[in-house]
Amino acid sequence: MSAPAQSLQHPSLIAATAFIFARELRAELRTRELLNTTAVFVLMAVVMFSFSLNPTAEESRRFGPGLLWLAFLFAGSLMLQPAFVREMANETLDALRLAPVNPAAILFGKAAANFVFLTAAEWLMLPVFAALFNVPLLSVWGRLTLVLALGTLGFCVTGAMFSAMTAQARMRELLLPLLLLPVQTPVLVVGVGATAALMTEPPELLVTPVKILVGFDVIFLATAWLLFEYLVEE
Amino acid sequence: MSVSSTPAATPAFATARNACAGLGFSFEKVDKRFGSLLVLRAVSFSIAPGEAVALLGANGSGKTTLLRLAASLAAPTRGQIQWTGGGASGPELRARIGFAGHSTLLYDELTATENLIFFSRLYGLPAAASRVEEWLAGAGLAARRNDLVRTFSRGMRQRLAIARALIHSPDLLLFDEPSAGLDAQGVNWLARTLHSLRTAGCTVLMSAHAGSPNLEIFTRAIWLAGHVLAGDTGPGGGVAAALRQAENAAPGERGASR
Repeated sequence: MSAPAQSLQHPSLIAATAFIFARELRAELRTRELLNTTAVFVLMAVVMFSFSLNPTAEESRRFGPGLLWLAFLFAGSLMLQPAFVREMANETLDALRLAPVNPAAILFGKAAANFVFLTAAEWLMLPVFAALFNVPLLSVWGRLTLVLALGTLGFCVTGAMFSAMTAQARMRELLLPLLLLPVQTPVLVVGVGATAALMTEPPELLVTPVKILVGFDVIFLATAWLLFEYLVEE
Repeated sequence: MSVSSTPAATPAFATARNACAGLGFSFEKVDKRFGSLLVLRAVSFSIAPGEAVALLGANGSGKTTLLRLAASLAAPTRGQIQWTGGGASGPELRARIGFAGHSTLLYDELTATENLIFFSRLYGLPAAASRVEEWLAGAGLAARRNDLVRTFSRGMRQRLAIARALIHSPDLLLFDEPSAGLDAQGVNWLARTLHSLRTAGCTVLMSAHAGSPNLEIFTRAIWLAGHVLAGDTGPGGGVAAALRQAENAAPGERGASR
């Protein structure tokens, strides 16, 4: 006889997050809708920045970090838009909400998958950026990875939260960037500062921006954990 | 590819269970609004564990909204909903509910097996692989188990949607016109499955209309008209008579209250 539903051991937050992350990954690797469009977008953005500005070595160091993070920010907005909109097609969000798991797992699973996709796009873009802007990134790749990972996590968690909030709204395509960009501005400002410090001679990893990025990530992860259930409530 | 579209026997996971806990619930003066649109007004009724109730009413009368409220997918604007039979709440409550709505609640870019395995894992089901195989065979989808859902016909999607809603052996079934899109064999499979779940003591609330199959499983009918609960046969009430009454009453009482 099947076990009664209420006596089953429900998946933990981490396990449920892993199931949803794996489903997102499987679906994306099958369709490659987000990966392809985001990768093309970031490459186009960095190439267009380079052609339009034609920067000197000094200008590259001054403006390069800002352009790099702007490209990531816009790519993240592009990628995160469908995170929850896709769940509306067959109302699969209802099926996820009915599952006996912590609702925050839905957001964490999606944010984790988008973190992987956006990181992949970033790493595709970095060599092109280094070549076009003549910026040596190889010597600082470890520290740059840390800064990018913290910023990307901030983008993905806030992006997934706002994607969930706006998924059922009319004009959601316009609404999401309007809500999201002001919230992500601290990540942009601090990330640009930390990246610029890595491009100086000698390169330096500033502790304060890293602490701010960690704080931003922790605050929004905690907010998502506590409030996500109410964000998707009908 | 050969396609087995004939549903096999109802899965053992459904038929073998003989101790469905049953989960009842009660609505107390429930209002539901979407902005200025009033969908349900002061709806009060109770369904006891083990009852099988037909939910009747014209299009737009609020049946889907009522089912979503009962599934805890939406919160009432005013009033209270309480679930009885174990006092479940939160994840424990959700684990006991099987919901099939107008949409399939399935991922088109996953295969039939991947969909059911994914939801089995979210419900923490043991022996998920064998359970999934059994449900796929039961639904007549074994030959298409590894095909993407987006390649399925409407009826095949509906069978898989029903299997998804039932795979965790819920105590309360909330179905919104589940026979929509099913062929005769699919309707028979659904009838057998519902009958076995009813016999096991599961609670059923299902939206229906005059042309719906499987009306014989119901022991009671309630109907909505003009956004209020317009009638209730009570336990053992005649569903056929209620259907006539609901369909006759409905047209004059349509129209959204704003």
